[in-house]
Amino acid sequence: MTHNTYIYILIMASVTYLIRVLPLTLIRKEIKNKTLRSFLYYVPYVTLAVMTFPAILDATNSTWSAMAALIAGILLAWFGRSLFQVSVLSCLVVFILELFLC
Amino acid sequence: MHQTNTSWFLKGMKDGIPISLGYLAVSFTLGIAAKNAGLTAFQAMLTSLTNNASAGEFAGFTLIAANASYLEMAIMMIVANARYLLMSCSLSQKISPSTPLIHRFLIGFDVTDEIFGISISVPGKLTPYYTFGAIAVAMPGWSIGTYLGVVMGNILPSNVVSALSVGLYGMFLAVIIPPARKNKVLAILIPSSMAASFLFSKLSIFAALSSGMKIIILTVAIAFIAAILFPIKEDEHDA
Repeated sequence: MTHNTYIYILIMASVTYLIRVLPLTLIRKEIKNKTLRSFLYYVPYVTLAVMTFPAILDATNSTWSAMAALIAGILLAWFGRSLFQVSVLSCLVVFILELFLC
Repeated sequence: MHQTNTSWFLKGMKDGIPISLGYLAVSFTLGIAAKNAGLTAFQAMLTSLTNNASAGEFAGFTLIAANASYLEMAIMMIVANARYLLMSCSLSQKISPSTPLIHRFLIGFDVTDEIFGISISVPGKLTPYYTFGAIAVAMPGWSIGTYLGVVMGNILPSNVVSALSVGLYGMFLAVIIPPARKNKVLAILIPSSMAASFLFSKLSIFAALSSGMKIIILTVAIAFIAAILFPIKEDEHDA
C-alpha cells in the first residue's frame, strides 16, 4: 500500500501539536506539590545541558573547533554576555578556528 | 499594558534573530533529508511550518521514505517529540494562571528547544507576547530554510554551515549558565547533566536508544533526583 504524503504530514503535525499543547491547556493552575515544582524547575536546565553536550562536539567540521566554541560560550555566558552575543561569538570562534584547522 | 505587550513582542523578535539564523542553517540540511525522502519543496516546507521540530521531522522523513504505516508514524512522533511534553509542563508554570486559552494554543504551536530556552530565561512570569515575537521571527527561518534545502541543495559553503551549527548551542549556554552563578545547585547540576549525557552517548548498552529517548530518560531521572535532594525554596519558582 502506498501512503499519501499529505496524510503523513497531517499525522506528524497533529501528534506533535497535541504533545505540546495539552500540558499548556490542561495545567491551568500553579502546581502546589513541592517535589513536582522542584522537578519542573530543574527540567529546563537539565534538558538543555543534556542536549548541548556532547552533541555540540559533532555539530561542526572539527571536534576541536566545537570544543573551543563550547568553552567560549560557557565563559561568555558566565560573564553575562547576552544571548545574541554568546550565540554569534560561538559561531565566530568556530569559523575562525576552522580557517586553520580544516 | 498595551505598551508592555508591544515591547515584549519586540524583545522577543530581537532574541528570535539568532534562533532564526540557526534554524536557517539547520533546516537547510533538513530540506536535503526531505528531498532524499521524495518530498517536494512545498511538502517539505509545509512539514516544517506545521511541525517545527528538528528530530521529529528527521524521523518523519525517514519513515516516509520507508513507506511506514500511519500508526508507526504517530508512535514515532510521540517518541521523538516527548521532550516537548516536559517543556510544555514547565512552561505551564512559567505563564500566569490567568493566561487566556488562545495564548496557550499559540505558544503550543512552537515549543521548540530554542523557543522554550529563551522563554524560560525571562525573569519572573513569562509574558506570552515575548514568545510570540520570537516565534514570528524564528518560524519563517525554519520553513524557508527547509524549502531552500530542497531546491538548492548544498549551496552554503561547508565552513559557514559548520559555524552556524554551534549558534543554537551557544544560545542554550546563555540560558543555563548565568543562573548557575547565583545558584550552587545549578552549578553542580549542569556539569553533572553534561557528564551523564556524555556517558549515555558512549556506553554501548544505551546505543539502541534514539537521541530523543536518551534526552527524555536523562532529563526525567536527573531532574527528579535533584528535586528530591534539593527541593526549591518558595522564592525560586519564578527563576
